[in-house]
This record gives sequence, structure tokens and C-alpha cells, in this order.
Amino acid sequence: MRRTLFESLTQRALTEAPPAPDKTALAELTKSVNRAARAKLGRSLSIRQVDAGSCNGCELEIHALNNAFYDLERLGLRFVASPRHADVLMVTGPVTKNMREALLRTYNATPDPKWVVAVGGCAVDGGIFAGSYAVAGGVKDIIPADLHIRGCPPSPTELLKGLIALLEHAR
Amino acid sequence: MALIDSIKHREHAKAHRPWPRAIVGDDGWKKAIDLLARGRCTLLGLWGDAPDVHMALLDEKAGDIAVVSYACKNGKYPSVAERHAPALRLERTIRDLFGMEAVGTPDTRPWLDLGFWDVRYPLGKRQRAQKPAPYVFLPAQGEGLHQIPVGPVHAGIIEPGHFRFTANGEHVVRLEQRLGYVHKGIESLMDGAALDAAAKLAARTSGDSTVAYSYAFAQAAEAALQVKAPPRANYLRALMAELERLANHFGDIGAICNDASFALMHAQTSILRERTLRAAEACFGHRLMMDVIVPGGVTRDIAPNGPAQLRALLSEIRKAFPRLIELYDNTASLLDRTVTTGIVKPALARQFGAGGTVGRASGRGFDARRNLNYAPYDEIKFDVPVLEAGDVNARVWIRIREVEQSLSLIEQILNRLPEGATRTSVKASARICEGLGVAEAFRGEVLVWLRLDGKGRVARCHLRDASWFQWPLLEAAIEGNIVADFPLCNKSFNCSYSGHDL
Repeated sequence: MRRTLFESLTQRALTEAPPAPDKTALAELTKSVNRAARAKLGRSLSIRQVDAGSCNGCELEIHALNNAFYDLERLGLRFVASPRHADVLMVTGPVTKNMREALLRTYNATPDPKWVVAVGGCAVDGGIFAGSYAVAGGVKDIIPADLHIRGCPPSPTELLKGLIALLEHAR
Repeated sequence: MALIDSIKHREHAKAHRPWPRAIVGDDGWKKAIDLLARGRCTLLGLWGDAPDVHMALLDEKAGDIAVVSYACKNGKYPSVAERHAPALRLERTIRDLFGMEAVGTPDTRPWLDLGFWDVRYPLGKRQRAQKPAPYVFLPAQGEGLHQIPVGPVHAGIIEPGHFRFTANGEHVVRLEQRLGYVHKGIESLMDGAALDAAAKLAARTSGDSTVAYSYAFAQAAEAALQVKAPPRANYLRALMAELERLANHFGDIGAICNDASFALMHAQTSILRERTLRAAEACFGHRLMMDVIVPGGVTRDIAPNGPAQLRALLSEIRKAFPRLIELYDNTASLLDRTVTTGIVKPALARQFGAGGTVGRASGRGFDARRNLNYAPYDEIKFDVPVLEAGDVNARVWIRIREVEQSLSLIEQILNRLPEGATRTSVKASARICEGLGVAEAFRGEVLVWLRLDGKGRVARCHLRDASWFQWPLLEAAIEGNIVADFPLCNKSFNCSYSGHDL
């Protein structure tokens, strides 16, 4: 263990420079997020992730944001365990009918001001699962969504671009 | 003697490949249940196809599979679960989706239908949904017991499901799972889908096993249509499957240790996982390698510099991983959490036909790559590690050993990669045809059963994740453990919610 720890101290960090914010995301946010909320939230955001029906592909890439290469926390963004601690709800998946109520309750448990980031192609409009008897639709069909990060699944870099746009906007 | 011949049947289904499917009456169906109950064969699947119910059986030693079909009478069939518990949730699912009843089943509560759909029996004779009866959890009696409800929204970045614990102080007396929250109706979306659209759906049944699902779906479609993927495609498929296994095992080993508050391991294995995904993207253009495997072959060849990148990845992992194994093995406080925690008894793993790490950590050595010997695994060497202890520690060690095997497999594949085409054309058959595919995902076997309608469309597709036979064992494994060890046990299983809920 000592050797692993020592090398972590002496070797160059693996963390890469963060990407520039996504322009489309910035444009989408200008429309949705009001000034008062921005002033309150400042530079640091707590994110609560909710899987509302995803295939779990998006979760894998969201997890990757915490690894040494992307290191989300250096940007002031961190994942929290409860919606009551969150500024941002990050929602994945087509919203299944079986998860609709749980998503609504999670949204209502998140204090204002709050933002909703819909992640993945399915979260936009249900994706390839749209039209099923078991799918209620995209995230915006259930709760107001402020930002969409598309992709199947979006790569960690694409996720970062969207989240940095959110931070830039909050500044 | 082939497995199918030990069961009395009326006739064989005409175009079911590569294993036979037979139509049975009451006596044949009962005989099949008897074989399961006496442990003579393993339940591989049980699914509806109105008005029939199909049951797939596995003879592990012979590597033989048989599918038997029972025509329901007035929507009823004799229960399998009455004598063989692993069929229980499958029977509840058949009732929820098709409305077909298992006569004699010990549990008539719904399973995937949580009461939020507008329709009942979405894959059978659809009816308007009625107000559901309240769901009653199984009772636990005794002094000082209390219940802890958890989920469906959990504290981490994980999939949703509900766990109902009954505990006495810190000790879990009973855990009951309630799943179905991410049910997307995949099998209903499959009905009438063109083959390429269906392949995309299959690939998104469980994102972490997207390669394995595409693999099994392609096997099923190719068997039905009597098409053979070119040898180079077979090797590339296995290459992707092993990369997927590596990435997931790195993720799991780290996550298990992280749930014992040993974050150092998680940080280190996350680096290896990221490097694996980056290599996958460099080789196949997608980090999770989604939609590369299709019926007929693969959509793209490995990038020209792919083999060199993979060799660099192998040498990086071979340098870093042994030290992480040492780190795991020499950290007493970590082993204190994993050793003897969450034991799955070998008899239970055998009865449930639990595959993957869960089965192999509890003495059941089944591995579809070895036992069913599909191409190209019939030409390359690998060991299937098996342990008996059945605890969290054993499940960690199985993953460690499988990482080592996957490294060797990737090297062998790179050395032997045949030249030639990567895809053959797949033409729709003019007749109705059926195929069964089984591929080994990182968490166990994935089964795909497919019927094509003679116009190139899917008439019925059933997908069965390994998790179906692992989730129930988690309920058994946690009994008598403390509540705080549940995340550790759960992570050491790492069952799929999406793959199970469909």
C-alpha cells in the first residue's frame, strides 16, 4: 500500500484539462435559468443522480466523471446522496411509468432553486423506448428540464462540457 | 442421449436452431419439472409466447440445451415453481405480461406490474388496468423486529429498485426485493421490429453488457436464419466481449472495496477501467462498443492501430494489476469486511443455476464460453476459475482471476486474428424460423430467444439476463449479516436492474 500511495504523490497527476463549455448547452441554459438562482448557487453545485429507467449505460459514464482523468470535484461539482442536499437533479433514461412517481417525489424533495439536467438520448424523448406501454416519455414530459446532454451514452467529456456550461452560467 | 429425448414430447418445432424445441403435453411438462426438481438439469429460462409457455433446460455436463413448449389450456399451465423455486419470479412475470396463470404457484403477487401501467397483460390479451391491490411484503415474526424500506431511488449513482429489510437491531432477518421500476417493455417493442432495430433494442437491455447482448442476439438471429459470421468477425466479437469483461471487473473490484470504505482501490481500478474504455473507443469507435456486433458479423473492423493500442493496454494492466491484487490481499481491515460476509451456499447456487461470478464463487463452474463452446472460444485456451467459499471475498477473487484470463484471451485473439471479411449478408428467410443464443456476459450468461416471421421481422424475442437467477440468492446471502454490509454484498453480486426489469 505504501508504494502505491508514495507513487501517487510523486507521479504526475492523470487529471486532464477540462474541456470548454458546450455552446448549445449554454444557449439552452440562457433560456431556462433565472438570474436569482444563479446568484444563490454561485460556483459550486451538488448533483443528485436519478435513474428513471435507463439501460445503465449512462450511469457507467456518469461514474467515470469521478475517476482520476476527469475528477469532477475539482470543478466544484459533486454527487450527493440525497435530493435534499442537491442543487441539480441529473436524470437518465426514458422515464418509465413505474419510475414516474419516484422521479416526481425526488424532484419535489429537492429544494429550490434547482436545475434538472437530462442525460442521454432516451432522456430527451424516450429514445428507442418511446411508444412503449411502460414508458411515460422523456424527462421534460414529467418535470421541467433545463439542460439536455445527448449521446448514447454521452462520453464523460460530453458530460463535462454540459456541466461546465452549467457552472459558467451559474457564475 | 440428447436432453430432449429424456422428455416425452409430441413433435419437434420445425425450424428451431441450434438446439431443439419440442411440443409437450402434461406428462412431458411434468417430466421436465421433475428433472429440474431432482437437480438433473438446470432451468435456463421460462417465458411466455401466448398461447404457449416455453421452458429452456440445460444439461451442464453435456453442454446440451432443450426447449419444451406447453400449450396453455384456458390460459393456464402447471406451475414449475411449485416444485422448483427458481421459476417463481418468471411465473409472476408471465402472468403480469401475458395473463397466463401457473396453476399451483406458491406466490400469486405481481412482479413487474407495479400498478402504474394503463394496460394489463401488455403482451397478451390487453385489458384496461384496474386499481392494483396493495402489495403485501412477506411477513417476519419475532420480538423487536423493525422494517427498513430502501429505494427505489438509492443514495449512489445506481439503478432503482426497492429493498425491504426486516432487522433485529443491526442483523438482517429477512430481505425482500421488489423490482420492475426500470421496466421499459423491451419485449413488446421487439414485436414486429425489423432485425436491425431489434438488435439495437437488445444492445440496450443492460448497458454494461451491451456487447454480450448483441453477441447473444446475433447468435440467435444467425441460428434462425442459418447464417454463419466470418471467422474474423467471431474473433473480433470475442475481443470486444473480453474488453467489456475487463472494464466491468475493474469497476466492480474497485466498487466493492469502496463500499468497505477502501477508496484507494477504487481510485486505482477506475484508472484501469478508463484506460480499457479508451482503448475500446480507439479500436471500435465507441467506449462501450455499442451496436458493433450485428447479425451476420460486425459493423466495423478493428482500427489499423488497434492491436498496438491493445498490446500497450495489456502491458500497462500487467504492470499495475498485480500490485492491486497484493494491496487487496494485504489489507487486513478490508479482508475483515469481505471474508465470510454474504455467503451463498453452493447447493443454492446449483439449484438456481446462478451463473457468472456469483455461481463460480459458490462452486458452480458453468461458463457459456466453456460449456457451450461457441466460436471462437472453441479455439482459444482459458481457465474458468471456481471457488467454494461463496462470500464477498470469493466473488472478488473470481473477478481477479477472470481479469487475468481475459488478458490472456485478448493476447491470444490478437495473435490469431484471422484475415478476411467481417460481415456476411443476412437475408430474410421466407419461412418462420426460431433461434436461441447464449453468450457469457461479465455477470453470467445472457439468453436470447428469437422467432422471425418470414418477412425479416421479429415475431417474438425473449431476453433473459443472468441476474434473474442471482437476485434471489442475494436475499439468501444477506440473512444474518448486518445492514451495513448490504451495500458490500449487493455490489459483490452487481446484478442488473435494467437487464432484469426489461
